[in-house]
Amino acid sequence: MAEIVIENAVKKFGNFFAVNNVSLTINDQEFMVLLGPSGCGKTTLLRSIAGLGMLDSGRIMIGGRDVTYMPPRERNLAMVFQSYAIFPHMTVYDNVAFGLKMRKVDPTETKRRVQQAAELLHIEKMLDRYPSRMSGGQRQRVAVARAIAVQSEVLLMDEPLSNLDALLRLEMRAELKRLLAELKVTTIYVTHDQIEAMSMGDRIAVMRDGIIQQVDKPNAVYDTPADRFVGGFIGNPPMNFIEGQVSAQNGSVNVHIGDFAITPPEGIVPALKPFEGQSVIIGIRAENIETFTKPTDNAMKVQVLVVEPLGSQNLLTIKIGTSIVKVATHPDFPAAPDGDIWLRFPIDKVRWLHRDSQKALAPV
Amino acid sequence: MTVEAKSVPVPVIVASEEMQAVRRRALRRQRLNRGMIYVVAIALAIWIILPIYLIGSMALSSPAGVRTYPKAIFPFTDISFDTMSFFLQSEGILPGVINSIVVALITLVLSTLIAAPAGYAISRYIFPGRDFYRLAILGVRAFPVIVLAVPLAVLFIRLGLFDQVHSVALMHTALTLPTTVLVIGSVFASIPYELEEAAMVHGATPLQAFRRVIVPLVLPGIAASAIFTFVMSWNEVFAASILTLENRTLPAQVLNALNKSSPEFQFAGGFFMLIPSLIFIFFIRRYLFNMWGQVTK
Ligand SMILES: Nc1ncnc2c1ncn2[C@@H]1O[C@H](COP(=O)(O)OP(=O)(O)OP(=O)(O)O)[C@@H](O)[C@H]1O
Ligand SMILES: [Mg+2]
Repeated sequence: MAEIVIENAVKKFGNFFAVNNVSLTINDQEFMVLLGPSGCGKTTLLRSIAGLGMLDSGRIMIGGRDVTYMPPRERNLAMVFQSYAIFPHMTVYDNVAFGLKMRKVDPTETKRRVQQAAELLHIEKMLDRYPSRMSGGQRQRVAVARAIAVQSEVLLMDEPLSNLDALLRLEMRAELKRLLAELKVTTIYVTHDQIEAMSMGDRIAVMRDGIIQQVDKPNAVYDTPADRFVGGFIGNPPMNFIEGQVSAQNGSVNVHIGDFAITPPEGIVPALKPFEGQSVIIGIRAENIETFTKPTDNAMKVQVLVVEPLGSQNLLTIKIGTSIVKVATHPDFPAAPDGDIWLRFPIDKVRWLHRDSQKALAPV
Repeated sequence: MTVEAKSVPVPVIVASEEMQAVRRRALRRQRLNRGMIYVVAIALAIWIILPIYLIGSMALSSPAGVRTYPKAIFPFTDISFDTMSFFLQSEGILPGVINSIVVALITLVLSTLIAAPAGYAISRYIFPGRDFYRLAILGVRAFPVIVLAVPLAVLFIRLGLFDQVHSVALMHTALTLPTTVLVIGSVFASIPYELEEAAMVHGATPLQAFRRVIVPLVLPGIAASAIFTFVMSWNEVFAASILTLENRTLPAQVLNALNKSSPEFQFAGGFFMLIPSLIFIFFIRRYLFNMWGQVTK
């Protein structure tokens, strides 16, 4: 059992909060993905969990033990460093075997596990090479092999596949996920790659400026982002955000984009009502917007600016008011630059956000 | 542009006359540049090699050969070790060699023992006054050796340490420490701290991480710095002359005998003292390049 509980973790560099009051629980055997822009504190958080660099305040528990002040070796974990940090004076074999030697695993078992890890990462033919004579991607795989060979209860990975080509990454992703599930490891996995995050994570924690913005299952993070940042950061293209005016007449609440009115679903009406006469932000994903070539009920007329054919879909760029909106359509949908089309926003796919705080309005 | 039609579907591009001329000019410029670099390098090399060559050729000819004029164009035709053996058998030379070696060895050990932890601390720990400390280390070198040596001589006389190899070794340690600390510091600094951290995360104690990861990586660099220390001490003459009378080190002894000795003694002495430096440079040249951020294999 190795549940990781982080309570109010704070890590400062001078006056700068690299990790700002983070609380996060990673369940036993869970695969948690940590996602966020460069410099948001992912590595710092991971290092704190590993025991490299003491927290300024807060607490970290692993498997029910308070490890906040324990040295790294007593935390029974393994880590893939963003910079790999493989030992240049050791062969690949000795690198991968390092954690096992330190834990005094017997030689035959060590050999078996090194072999297994090496095969998984396709470096079994390089076991007696030195790292200086390997490519960046190969070194990275040595670093991953070194960490998984230990078979510790907790595995921390800092962008472990970032340097591999697309095909190899696809393959590693699947195999790594399968192996870690088999070994019942609790994993925290840092990545920049959204596809990696969506496909591997049991849950995704989205981080920004040292703060965790949202923790949820991949689909929930994608469909119901907690705020504008998450919606904009996850998904390609990012979620569209359009400003709308709230009006209430005869007890019915509407949100207007220019002359066009959207009737929000029942559940959100109480949350929108206080903003009568003010504006809110409407968030909707490119692929959720319905497109028509003819005037249709509840559809607004817009002009197409750009059409980008992407193979499986066409991406249209449209201007609504002052906002640029991206709309994904079927490749056969007839849209041409400067042509008119009609858009409809399916109301159950719309996110409603506060204009100032940019956080999603909760259905009351 | 003439493009030949061929049955093989390999596109053959034949450059126009004009393009070929441009290419020729570019190539010529490149060759010229490279040529200039060689000329400068050769000039510099001659500047350094010529004196060494002259000293060497003199030291390895017979005493009579040293004195003849004009010289043969190829002086090595009559290689003879008479001059060298004459030098080595001169009074005070052999004890001088032994003193020099003892002093250099003590200096090497002391200097490395002190500099290794100091270099580690400078490169790894951020402590108050680190930058000042780093500068202060160089402070010793800011004073001319003479300025340091005379008061030290007085002090050593008072302490009864005067005219002993140990006192020279102490002085040399003080003189070599700044360089040694900074060199060893940069050796440690060139090793990412994350390697130590990676070792500790994977189950090593700080001591194990140091012994299994850091030591093997810094050892070559420290060895190079130790040899460097040895040669600095071997070549040092001012402090050694001031701090000793009877127990002279080799350079002090040679310097002392210089104005009352024959040319062949001087050549042989110069050559003999040169040898360790040459051997040293030969062995550590890779590390020297390394220190300048350029690894040449
Ligand atoms: N040792 C340090 N001293 C001072 N500031 C630091 C230090 N380490 C990190 N920082 C700062 O803390 C912030 C978070 O850094 P961190 O390495 O955790 O980012 P990250 O999310 O891992 O980014 P990336 O995705 O680029 O790896 C950055 O703004 C960085 O400049
Ligand atoms: Mg990072």
